Amino acid sequence: MVDVTPADAVPPAEVAEVELYHPHSWWTKYVFSQDAKVIAVQYSATATAIGLVALVLSWLMRLQLGFPGTFDFITPEAYYQFITMHGMIMVIYLLTALFLGGFGNYLIPLMVGARDMVFPYVNMLSYWVYLAAVLVLVSSFFAPGGPTGAGWTLYPPQAIMTGTPGGQDWGIILMLTSLILFIIGFTMGGLNYVVTVLQGRTRGMTLMRLPLTVWGIFTATVMALLAFPALFVACVMMLLDRALGTSFFMPAIVEMGQQLQHNGGSPILFQHLFWFFGHPEVYIVALPAFGIVSDLISTHARKNIFGYRMMVWAIIAIGALSFVVWAHHMYVSGMHPYFGFFFATTTLIIAIPTAIKVYNWVLTLWRGDIHLTIPMLFALAFIVTFVNGGLTGLFLGNVVVDVPLSDTMFVVAHFHMVMGVAPILVIFGAIYHWYPKVTGRMLDETLGRFHFWVTFLGAYLIFFPMHYLGLMGIPRRYAELTDMTIMTESAHHLNSFISIMAFIVGFAQMVFLFNLIWSIRHGREAGGNPWRATTLEWQTPQTPPAHGNFGKELPIVYRWAYDYSVPGAKEDFIPQNVPGNFGLSKEPA
Amino acid sequence: MAETSLTHTDRMAPRPAGWQGIAADWASDQRAFKNVSWGKAMMWIFLLSDTFIFGCFLLSYMTARISTRVPWPNPSEVFALRIGGSEIPLILIAIMTFVLISSSGTMAMAVNFGYRRDRRKTAILMLLTAALGATFVGMQAFEWTKLIMEGVRPWGNPWGAAQFGSSFFMITGFHGTHVTIGVIFLIITARKVWRGDFDVGRPGFFTSRRGRYENVEIMGLYWHFVDLVWVFIFAFFYLW
Repeated sequence: MVDVTPADAVPPAEVAEVELYHPHSWWTKYVFSQDAKVIAVQYSATATAIGLVALVLSWLMRLQLGFPGTFDFITPEAYYQFITMHGMIMVIYLLTALFLGGFGNYLIPLMVGARDMVFPYVNMLSYWVYLAAVLVLVSSFFAPGGPTGAGWTLYPPQAIMTGTPGGQDWGIILMLTSLILFIIGFTMGGLNYVVTVLQGRTRGMTLMRLPLTVWGIFTATVMALLAFPALFVACVMMLLDRALGTSFFMPAIVEMGQQLQHNGGSPILFQHLFWFFGHPEVYIVALPAFGIVSDLISTHARKNIFGYRMMVWAIIAIGALSFVVWAHHMYVSGMHPYFGFFFATTTLIIAIPTAIKVYNWVLTLWRGDIHLTIPMLFALAFIVTFVNGGLTGLFLGNVVVDVPLSDTMFVVAHFHMVMGVAPILVIFGAIYHWYPKVTGRMLDETLGRFHFWVTFLGAYLIFFPMHYLGLMGIPRRYAELTDMTIMTESAHHLNSFISIMAFIVGFAQMVFLFNLIWSIRHGREAGGNPWRATTLEWQTPQTPPAHGNFGKELPIVYRWAYDYSVPGAKEDFIPQNVPGNFGLSKEPA
Repeated sequence: MAETSLTHTDRMAPRPAGWQGIAADWASDQRAFKNVSWGKAMMWIFLLSDTFIFGCFLLSYMTARISTRVPWPNPSEVFALRIGGSEIPLILIAIMTFVLISSSGTMAMAVNFGYRRDRRKTAILMLLTAALGATFVGMQAFEWTKLIMEGVRPWGNPWGAAQFGSSFFMITGFHGTHVTIGVIFLIITARKVWRGDFDVGRPGFFTSRRGRYENVEIMGLYWHFVDLVWVFIFAFFYLW
């Protein structure tokens, strides 16, 4: 045990203990559960299931792009449907739901030292509305005309016109309905996450002692609560345009030689609403990843995070700035050039707090006691991938560079690196890190290393060549590229190579899924704190934590989350709930 | 701030005032807003999010209105009623606004009586608020009917820009939905007050949480917000 000095003042409890709902049956314990940990697993399982659909869709797209003309069932219409559903599922139903609904639900109450979310019943409703949204989304695959093929941005007017798959069928209606449901469900959960962090912390847990994971998820949730309203409004208005024939987004337009009834609407208005949501959405996905990766690096390098306060303020600054950059997605939409100037400036300013974060991660590793565990491997992979994707963001943020690169494979490569691969690497790392807490057993190490190397190297082999294709001028969202003069033979070979790699990486995920299921029963026993980590979720009396998380007494927090390798301490980590003054702790005063 | 929300803060240390107090609160443990219960914090944050929804609706409406190339119908004429042989502009909307603003008054009184544990008056005032809200929705239904009879549709109207009808039905419809939900929850909460649930600490049917008289105030926050939003809709839609 460490040296305990009685000097630690324990602040008085300000909030009385809440009564938890105690489930009486199997149904209320595991299905209609109000326990945030069960809800987290439900969220994660649902998100993973729908994510597999997105994975298969990406395979189908790669089949068409890599071997054009070989697969008859992939018509151009089907290709557009695949692209649309793949994008929408990955961004909203997988990444957002998994980071906030999955990791948020599991980690926030445990890490801030709470019994549960502040309103468990509303939290439960959040999951069921999310599930409804997913089911509505899936139902569009079976609807007449199939799912919408409008592209994941759903730009009008084409999104609701005849030529677009699902435009005049069920597809777009189900898509918009599903998004509206998702936003309602997310709001119920998001309010819980925010209030739990602000008002539900345990004694001694100040905001500046929160693990960065919580800071990332918290800031992302606040952003989501302010950004999703714009998408909600855009969905309602487009639904009215499609169902009632209003003209919010529809100008006077001729379709197949026929003048439509619409008149006087503004497609650009939709783009503004969509990207006012869409750009913060990038950071809604990225900020939880930033937070989680900070904790992974600190824990597995046995060293305090470098510049904790700057890390927190960088998260907040990125969150705030991301609300004033949205129109950099619209440089080629026909905006006033001065707007482009403004939005390019704000976009490039975001590079500053982001660079602070990257430097701090690297400086945390500097002279650390680096353990190359699987979570650490994924964290390191995230840093390089994020730097890669971020640098191409600087290209696309500049108007003059963006205009020729717009709508080429370069854009595809950029956003897949920065908000596809990078956050997903963190998700994998986080699953390897917290799986022992959720199940009590470790994931298999050999399968994990195989999964890591194939995924990491494979992702680069998929997306790196796309940069070159983009610079050659190969457009994105084209189902057939065979007859274009810019499609040289080498470009075709590159496309086939990318497709083969996509299949290999995809199959590596099957290995991961097998590992997830197999290790529940056969994994090595983990014990309560296998990584010897400091944060509160590792200090629970039971593993997996029981309902109410912390047994009889809530923990009291005496220190920040990063007391690793403190000189003078017996162990190389001091949990947050251990009292005692160590003069050499690096906690900011 | 009202001490009434300090329900379980009896063990708190004295706090500095002003900006220093705010900084001290945010630097402290457990709670960033010291006097604020979970429910109230959650309602405030929800209302912030909802503000963005109404903000987006109103901004979209304004964009449509200033960018239209055909005339926008004149609200004073469209929203006039013929009473006693003369056209009175905006008369119905004036009455509706008066009714809704009055309901904010009765709601505020209900909150006051709630904290005095006057069950009867609290419940009656909440039901009165609900009745005024229902009256508002009823008059809105009348207004919708009248406009529909005159040929206004979401996709067009006899007087000018099609976006007039689209925005009108969408925004007032969305606000009316908010009022209707408010009326329903007012009735539910009034029933709980009447039955004395908050005095005996009866667990909620769904949530199994014990309610407190603060629930009346949280209900009031929502109601005042819906009123406030109406003021903006009134100003931007009817007076512009």
